[in-house]
Amino acid sequence: MQDPFLEITELRAMLSRGECTALELCELYLSRIERLNPELNCFLSVHQDSARDAAKQADKRIAEGETAPLLGIPIAHKDLFCTKGQVTTCGSKILDRWRAPYDATVVERLARAGAVVLGKCNMDEFAMGSSNENSAYGAVGNPWDTSRVTGGSSGGSAACVAAGLAPASTGTDTGGSIRQPASLCGVTGVRPTYGRVSRFGMIAFASSLDQAGPITRSAFDAALMLHAMAGFDSKDSTSAERGVEDFEQLISERLALPSEPLCIGIPREYFHSLASKSYERALDAARSEFEGLGMRIKEVSLPSTDAAIPAYYVLASSEASSNLSRFDGVRYGHRTEMADSLEELYAGSRSEGFGAEVKRRILTGTYCLSYGYYDAYYKKAMRVRRVIRDEFARAFEDVDLLLTPASPGVAFKRGELASDHIAMYQQDCYTTPAALAGQPSLSIPCGMDEGLPLGMQLIGAHFADSLILRVAHAYQQATDWHKRTPCLTLG
Amino acid sequence: MSEKELDIAYLSRLAALRINEKELHRAKEDLGRIIQMIEAMRAVDTDGIEPLAHPLEAGQRLREDRVSESPDPEALQAGAPLVREGFYLVPRVVE
Repeated sequence: MQDPFLEITELRAMLSRGECTALELCELYLSRIERLNPELNCFLSVHQDSARDAAKQADKRIAEGETAPLLGIPIAHKDLFCTKGQVTTCGSKILDRWRAPYDATVVERLARAGAVVLGKCNMDEFAMGSSNENSAYGAVGNPWDTSRVTGGSSGGSAACVAAGLAPASTGTDTGGSIRQPASLCGVTGVRPTYGRVSRFGMIAFASSLDQAGPITRSAFDAALMLHAMAGFDSKDSTSAERGVEDFEQLISERLALPSEPLCIGIPREYFHSLASKSYERALDAARSEFEGLGMRIKEVSLPSTDAAIPAYYVLASSEASSNLSRFDGVRYGHRTEMADSLEELYAGSRSEGFGAEVKRRILTGTYCLSYGYYDAYYKKAMRVRRVIRDEFARAFEDVDLLLTPASPGVAFKRGELASDHIAMYQQDCYTTPAALAGQPSLSIPCGMDEGLPLGMQLIGAHFADSLILRVAHAYQQATDWHKRTPCLTLG
Repeated sequence: MSEKELDIAYLSRLAALRINEKELHRAKEDLGRIIQMIEAMRAVDTDGIEPLAHPLEAGQRLREDRVSESPDPEALQAGAPLVREGFYLVPRVVE
């Protein structure tokens, strides 16, 4: 029982057969975290005691004959989900040592499913970033090359799965924060249809875009995680009124492809600015793989793709400037010691607590919402959002899903884009359109370039989460890119 | 407030952020570049297009106004920087 890169399904089978216990599994990952986390910095907190307790509980339930698919499976949560009584920083100094008074719905549901929480993962502060370098607690090392970034904002969540520090984790995706780090770390990351997973207990960044999802070693494992995470929640006013029947069916059919042949659309606008020939070759090979699986390929056009990044930065920053006004040094979090008035208390606490990128986004949002600019920026961006969404809807009249790159290239060097925030924003050019339109989308490994993983994105029609998972699974049955693991030296 | 005359002092007051003299120039430059980047969305013709606030255009769901849980106020205030007798303390507002 030494392989830390097994999938949930394999681990669960071992637990059922009595080849290992949940406690042994828990210890395996805890010991890897202890040895590798000092270099990787994936985890901001490790919950040894509660993890061992949960694992013992799971062993009892397994002994009593329970067979739930996540029972006894170790996982990690992005440090953006509130976890009752445990520190929840959201990657920010303003919430340093803050303990959440309640559990997020996602946390509660995964606990009920029997998952064992190992700890909380590093992230860009308030999920604002594409490299994890905006964390107040330091960047995360990419397990494939620690001098490179993991992507972001769910960098710790992606890296811990890639490094075999946990078989699965939770992440959140506002403009690409699950898919882009999954791509850069060579793992599977799913952003479900907006509203499928409850946002209750997720610290809000941009509420009309934020969506939680799983990061795993395979599409099959992602389906198992989503089955536990998703479903209607009355505590989230934007929760979709849908059950998880389609995920139940998906799992019971073992993610089999539908009997009628599928058509995959290739949006030509996504292939203009690819960084390397190797990426083009990898995506071409994926295309051939899908053809080999009996799927049709058709070129489509999404003409307003280039407007997604600008519209996204207007909308996400505007929503953030409003959402983050709750951090005022009064009810929770950091409070300045240098304030004689209430105004000084607010401004001082926020200025000391927030990092540079968060302030930049708050200022951007404030500008876009300020008197005289609302129509020109915020309203215009909402109109562009409809145009982008309608273009997706039209494309899905012709094709069943879309295939695109997931990021402009492989993981870049730490510090490479740190001084150029506009270039950093462009890292999300392939992931923001689907986020604006609320489409389900995922990233899976599809190749390697100079020892670093490349990811492809599959985008589905609204609520076609199951379909993109079926197609990703079929690809993973035919290829082994998702089976590659980085070579990590144990210190 | 065109790009050239970005009033960072005014914006930071609205945003309740303190931007000191040293940071002012950088903040103005950064925001100027972001606004320039944002301008690219003007290329999209949106005449007659309604703004879209929710990607699935779901309406705001309302629920009955009733007590669903009664959390412990002390637990809720445990993370507050300064609390006395159940109240959050702030600098004096009214003399």
